[in-house]
Amino acid sequence: MTDLTKENQANGPLIVEGKHADNERLKAESNYLRGTIVEDLKDNVTGGFTADNFQLIRTHGMYQQDDRDIRNERTKQKLEPLHNVMLRARMPGGIITPTQWLAIDKFSREKTSYGSIRITTRQTFQFHGVLKPNIKLMHQTLNEYGIDSIATAGDVNRNVLCTTNPVESELHQEAYEWAKKISEHLLPKTRAYAEIWLDGEKIEGGTETGEVEPILGPNYLPRKFKTTVVIPPQNDVDVHANDLNFIAIADNGKLIGFNVLVGGGLAMTHGDKSTYPRKADDFGFVALENTLGVAAAVVTTQRDWGNRVNRKNAKTKYTIDRVGVDTFKAEVEQRAGIKFSESRPYEFTGRGDRIGWTEGFDGKHHLALFIENGRLLDNPNAPLKTGMAEIAKVHKGDFRMTANQNIIIAGIASEDKADIEKIARAHGLMADNVSVQRKNSMACVAFPTCPLAMAEAERYLPGLVTDVEAILAKHDVADESIILRVTGCPNGCGRAMLAEIGLVGKGPSKYNMHLGGNTAGTRVPKMYKENLNEADILQEIDSLVARWASERNNGEAFGDFVIRVGIISEVKVSKRDFHD
Amino acid sequence: MLPEKQNLNQTMLDTNQLASFKQGINDLSPLQLAWASGYLAAKAESVTSVELPATTSSVAAATLTILYGSQTGNAKGAAKSLAAKASAEGLNVELKSMGELKPKAIKNLTHLLIVASTNGEGEAPDDAIALHEFLSSKKAPKLDHLHYSVLALGDTSYEFFCQTGKDFDQYLENLGAKRMAARVDCDVDYDAEAGAWSVNVIAQAKKLLDVDSPSSNVMPLATVSSVEEKYTKQAPYTAELLLSQKITGRDSAKDVRHVEIDLGDSGITYQAGDALGVWFENSSNLVNELITALGLNSQEMVSVVGESIELATALQAKYEITQTSINFVEFWAKLVGSEKLLALLDDKTALREYAANHQVVDVVKSEPLPNEVKLSAQTFIEVLRKITPRLYSIASAQSEVEEEVHLTVGLVQYQAGDEVRQGGASGFLANGSQEGSEVKVFIEHNDNFRLPADNETPVIMIGPGTGVAPFRAFMQEREATDASGDNWLFFGDQTFTQDFLYQVEWQNYLKSGLLNKIDLAFSRDQAEKIYVQDRLKENASEVFSWLERGAHIYVCGDMSRMAKDVESALLEIISEQGQLSQEQATTYLKDLRNAKRYQKDVY
Repeated sequence: MTDLTKENQANGPLIVEGKHADNERLKAESNYLRGTIVEDLKDNVTGGFTADNFQLIRTHGMYQQDDRDIRNERTKQKLEPLHNVMLRARMPGGIITPTQWLAIDKFSREKTSYGSIRITTRQTFQFHGVLKPNIKLMHQTLNEYGIDSIATAGDVNRNVLCTTNPVESELHQEAYEWAKKISEHLLPKTRAYAEIWLDGEKIEGGTETGEVEPILGPNYLPRKFKTTVVIPPQNDVDVHANDLNFIAIADNGKLIGFNVLVGGGLAMTHGDKSTYPRKADDFGFVALENTLGVAAAVVTTQRDWGNRVNRKNAKTKYTIDRVGVDTFKAEVEQRAGIKFSESRPYEFTGRGDRIGWTEGFDGKHHLALFIENGRLLDNPNAPLKTGMAEIAKVHKGDFRMTANQNIIIAGIASEDKADIEKIARAHGLMADNVSVQRKNSMACVAFPTCPLAMAEAERYLPGLVTDVEAILAKHDVADESIILRVTGCPNGCGRAMLAEIGLVGKGPSKYNMHLGGNTAGTRVPKMYKENLNEADILQEIDSLVARWASERNNGEAFGDFVIRVGIISEVKVSKRDFHD
Repeated sequence: MLPEKQNLNQTMLDTNQLASFKQGINDLSPLQLAWASGYLAAKAESVTSVELPATTSSVAAATLTILYGSQTGNAKGAAKSLAAKASAEGLNVELKSMGELKPKAIKNLTHLLIVASTNGEGEAPDDAIALHEFLSSKKAPKLDHLHYSVLALGDTSYEFFCQTGKDFDQYLENLGAKRMAARVDCDVDYDAEAGAWSVNVIAQAKKLLDVDSPSSNVMPLATVSSVEEKYTKQAPYTAELLLSQKITGRDSAKDVRHVEIDLGDSGITYQAGDALGVWFENSSNLVNELITALGLNSQEMVSVVGESIELATALQAKYEITQTSINFVEFWAKLVGSEKLLALLDDKTALREYAANHQVVDVVKSEPLPNEVKLSAQTFIEVLRKITPRLYSIASAQSEVEEEVHLTVGLVQYQAGDEVRQGGASGFLANGSQEGSEVKVFIEHNDNFRLPADNETPVIMIGPGTGVAPFRAFMQEREATDASGDNWLFFGDQTFTQDFLYQVEWQNYLKSGLLNKIDLAFSRDQAEKIYVQDRLKENASEVFSWLERGAHIYVCGDMSRMAKDVESALLEIISEQGQLSQEQATTYLKDLRNAKRYQKDVY
């Protein structure tokens, strides 16, 4: 670890001077995230939001999008793009009740263009294709069922992830409570959301709050901020993709505190070597009672020291690389009034969900359903969405959305197992022939809705996996799998920068191929080839798998193999190695 | 007050003078009167300060007045061609829109020819409303001295076929006027019948007015010659179709096209508000389907106005087969002895509905010709209507698009059994003809739909659906002329995402400030139906205040429902906001119409 210490002793300025990015102006002028959203809602000449509001609605959990498949067609038709919003709900830990599920099922069926529910890597659901006249109705419907979408996007702390581990359910319950508490603690305190979308009503189950933003400040954060709570040995939330991580440390099954990891993040910009995916640094252990204080201290340090001049270098990971881990950590200790003690030992062994039936320590059963791409839709031969609704009608426990975009039906009594399984099978939610490879593959949404997408992801993945399955079979490793992730742009939603094979969209049908992540999600893969098309990708995978199958050590994972034999070099320190 | 008017007042005879003057000339013979008029004229010339009232000349005996009541320009066109012919025959012709004649002045006329079209459910066209009302009112004078004849234009597919023409004919008869020739009622292909009527009435007028032959000193009428066009309905310009772009979204229930046509170096000019006449050909597939269904030979020769051509060619270019006349249904019913169709003949409403919803081929295919019944190609075509051009409100201003002309065309399309049927002209423009192919066009001027002469005058435009077309032209024109008057558009259709015609252009006009207000009504975007008239009512006080500050108000689009509903909304607004009785509100709106501040282009 000595070489790392040196890297951590950066001593750049604490504050980057210069002309602030325009987003800083709009946050400052937004009157605590209000902007002129209310006026825009009345403007029925466009289905979109104008000027600053286009950005501000993100802090209310929405992105303005359009159907990119028909953008050119509509230009010719002298029609504006088919503007709509995507909503990402705030569901700390991804727990949703059957009643809530039936409500979102109904809304998505009746009021969204795609009629689907999308489980995402932020362990929550998204609605895609909500037209402007339905936006208020959407928030009011969610509010009626105790759901909101405050701060699930924008320069704020976003939905807090928590390991979906219903087996050790007592520990999970505690961890989940902390995820909720952290989420509430770091939430914007402005009443803008309630005023704009709920006509000023008090948010159901929320707390009465004032105008000031003691933690986030009037200008909010320099950039998006992501937080997780994780229960080893599962790393389903992918801690290194997040700014702030609380690693649950238990003593005799009882939660006693957290190791705190700071400064992970996967986003980068094509062609900009000052940007890179980066793992989080371990700051040490804190006792349970200091959790919220430390969370606030990390956020406020990043708030004050983060780069507000260049948004591409504004995330926590760059702040740490600029001021040094020690400086950042010391500031956090000072602000929280604590000292981190030495990190408690833990180990991550994997990131996937245990698809199928598991039994918890309390005798309850859990059924994890593999949902390809997290997309719940009534497909011609597999009415997945109807199936979920049917289960929701009879299920007495709850549902848990996972950071791998799957869904777990949690807390099923023994006598109800058969009924639930029957419904799941009847609707294509349980298939015995899903390969391990498919379960270990993931993609972000990308086309047609995501405005950032440069290449296909969700619509590309299923076929790609089928081809990869054939390659594995061809080389007699059909039972093995490779963590394969596709993301439509370098912003990281698909977490390709923690995959063994990561494909990052560069342009239509063009991807950069990264190799060398590991199964535990603790190593960033490095670029192997640039601008590959689909055929090139299959050819590369074919030859790489051929070597792996014949030359690997016993049980050696693909990502480890490619580094050992020198196909790709290991990224130890991102800032130094990633673009090297 | 105009100076001329003051002059007139000063020089008119007072009551006593008039009485003694009348007394003096009462017993004079025509010859003596002629002498007297010469004497008076000479007397007048010697007294330079005296100006004779301009109207005296129109009282001159030998004038044939031609009045037209025209909504889309057909009646006006027929009247113009009649005027030209009559003028060439040596008649002293005065051609006017009914709107240009003070209703009371009708008593000054001696020889009158009327060309009148009819709106949807038997209503008079806008420019004929005042005269139509006057002649049926108690105020109407005796017209014993008047000789007249009426040419009525209409469409047999409507219930009140040629009603306005029939009304004028009846009113004039009731007032004691004498027919110089029987009224002729024309269907949409009116050229031949209108021509025959013209020949007849001109001959009658020449007899009555004692005109023998063309006299060299009769000058062609200025009003006729100045609007004579190089390219006309009869002699259209062959233009190039540049573009036929669908402008409704992929999930729209409608297919509306933005059509761009290149007028090349034709020199054709038009103004915002004008319409484009489009000659079209029927689709060859449809023609083949029809010929097959009839069991005829497509190469069989038929005679069309003395010309011998193949049946297929005749059906493609000369006859109407996408619209079915009730005459055809009647003919076919009797020919094939179809009980179903024969039953329809007694129920005019059902018959009209059936004709409107079945193209000729569908009538033929649903009630096929029995083997034993023989039908010749010639007999068949003769029962069809001649093909007629369709008129589309122009959606562009020449100041913006120069030698192009743009249209907004709703593609008529519906399923008939296994087949998709399309409208003749809209199908031709949308996909029957390839872009870059030829289309025969002419301009139909419409002086009843014009932007205010004063650029500062505000305008309110109400144009749901394809009715928005002329307002695109208006906005282009207002922009090109730097018009400072405010502009307010009311638009509506089924859905916001799919049917907001020219959405991006309106957004840009709003951004630039040229368009001050836009109000939208999308009927299917919410549980309750919302239409433009509802938006008008919601904005009642502002609509009224615009009217009060001189705004012109324009309505374009569907006549039978929208235009009516808009009109009652306007009456409601005027009555409510102006605190007027219903009758007063009606007068208010009538005054707007007479002042050309309320103009409609409806169909």
